[in-house]
Amino acid sequence: MAGNHASLPPLDVGRAPEGGEVGAVQSGWRLALREFSSNRLAVVGVALLLFFVIFSFLGPLVYHANLLQANLIDAHDPPGAGHPVGTDINGFDVLGQLMKGGQDALEIGFFAALVAIVVGAMVGAVAGLAGGIVDTVLMRITDIFLSIPFLFVVLILAVKFGASVLSLSLVIGGFSWQVPARLVRGEVLTIRERDFVLAARTAGSGNWRLIRRHLLPNALGVMIVNVTFQVADAILAVAYVGFLGFGLHYPNIDWGDMLSDGSGYLTDGYWWLIWPVLTCIVLTVMALNFIGDALRDSLDVRLRRR
Amino acid sequence: MTAYLLRRLGTSIVVLIGISIFIYLLLHAIYPSPARDVLGLRASSAAVDAWNKQYGYDRPVIEQYLSYMNGLIHGNLGYSYAENQTVGSLLQERVARSAYLSGMALLIAILVALPLGIFQAVKRNSLGDNIATSLAFILYSMPSFALGLILIQVFALSFPLLSFEASQSTSLPTVIADWRAMLLPILTLALIQVASFSRYMRSSSIDVLAQDYIKVARAKGLPERLVLMRHMVRNASLPMITLIGLSLPNLLAGNLVTEYLFNYQGLGLLFYDSLGKADYPVLLAYTLVGAVFVVLGNLVADIALTMADPRIRLA
Repeated sequence: MAGNHASLPPLDVGRAPEGGEVGAVQSGWRLALREFSSNRLAVVGVALLLFFVIFSFLGPLVYHANLLQANLIDAHDPPGAGHPVGTDINGFDVLGQLMKGGQDALEIGFFAALVAIVVGAMVGAVAGLAGGIVDTVLMRITDIFLSIPFLFVVLILAVKFGASVLSLSLVIGGFSWQVPARLVRGEVLTIRERDFVLAARTAGSGNWRLIRRHLLPNALGVMIVNVTFQVADAILAVAYVGFLGFGLHYPNIDWGDMLSDGSGYLTDGYWWLIWPVLTCIVLTVMALNFIGDALRDSLDVRLRRR
Repeated sequence: MTAYLLRRLGTSIVVLIGISIFIYLLLHAIYPSPARDVLGLRASSAAVDAWNKQYGYDRPVIEQYLSYMNGLIHGNLGYSYAENQTVGSLLQERVARSAYLSGMALLIAILVALPLGIFQAVKRNSLGDNIATSLAFILYSMPSFALGLILIQVFALSFPLLSFEASQSTSLPTVIADWRAMLLPILTLALIQVASFSRYMRSSSIDVLAQDYIKVARAKGLPERLVLMRHMVRNASLPMITLIGLSLPNLLAGNLVTEYLFNYQGLGLLFYDSLGKADYPVLLAYTLVGAVFVVLGNLVADIALTMADPRIRLA
């Protein structure tokens, strides 16, 4: 990204900052934060994501919309007084639906990403540390799950077990751990050869402690970057499942489902049923992609420009 | 090189067997026996048990898996009781149409993304590069149905140049001839791929441009056009071979959504219809076929890369 680095203050190496804080050399995390906040796209991404979090979770506290009772007299009203984004075909308020849909999308996104990263980190750490036959078996299992088209399995399971916030999170997360597993394994393979791991072993650390205290914390950068992309992908997956008609049910709302319903009225000119929700999906996913890209640039020392 | 290829082949076979085990276990867990579909919902449980016994659905799971495997090896993908047809014939009817849609989309994606990525790398940080990067970012964050809806609104409704529904013909030549109907679905599927392909192509071209052999080519006075044509394009395109292999699962998912959106009678729409009927034999068979396609695609990509890149061949 074309950030303007001339405007950055010089690094205070070896000189006490004016705030009185004694920090001769800034820590890696501080450097990463500085790099991150100097990236314009990252700032846009964080602002957009914050907007959607506030919009979805605090919005409904301020803006009370009727999402319970169908009202056919006020059906498909264009945006206007009382309904800033209009009403849908059943007379429900679109703005209220967008807020609730955002809640569900973000909740599933974060929860699925959490499942994926926990499973992936464990598989990757065990495979990387154990090596040998354990590594081979775990990595072949990872290959198997990488080859099976993810969306197909999610759809089949959504049809069989029904879609709820919990079930979609588990299914999407349960089939997205492969990439983090590979990334964490790669990190662990290099970390485990380092001297501090040998020192920890000599001091009597067991494998579990080694993974928990030494390997995973050092692979944290890779994991944080991946979680961001996982959230984006999970939100997209929910939208896909919803658009095909197998998504969340009342009282939950699925952005993909809203868009699918709205797309039926493309020729009727009910634009407020289509473009606002489409914008919400794209901007949320884009915000997370911006943040993920910027995090990767700032956490990976090799990509850092300083 | 032979040793590498043999090892690569062995891994693929192990992965294929693993996939068949996973798919069978999933099928067994959610659809243990077709007895209810055959005998009807009002059949007594004794009749169901008898049917299961007669057709071997009461045997241990391993035995059932082995006979499922035996069927697969002999080309038997199962039977759809909802359609009263073998799954194999259902898939066969539609495979050509889906192959045309996805193949054309992949081809167009490569033909657009390769020059675009090279252009962006050569004219780095120019206005054109920034516009292309922004567009790629937006497309990359967009589900394919959203892109499809935008294309329909613009090219089929606002300016009625193209059809908003794909060709409904069952004959492939007619489908191909009806390009007005096929252009939007193909573009929808292609543009989503362009977004990720061009980003990779741009960064791989930037890497190649920094190599010493490019400097040498320039230093000996070769015109820039020849530097790019002879020395950069081929080297920068190598990672694309792997990327195309890795993009196959996305292509399958995009195919499903695009066929649904444009009502195109292909494999994706068959999968969608089968979801509505909870026709698990078809759903899992297509998932299996998709996974096998992905494994073989990646195998072919790796072999092609070995052929194309002497650095790997010698290793």
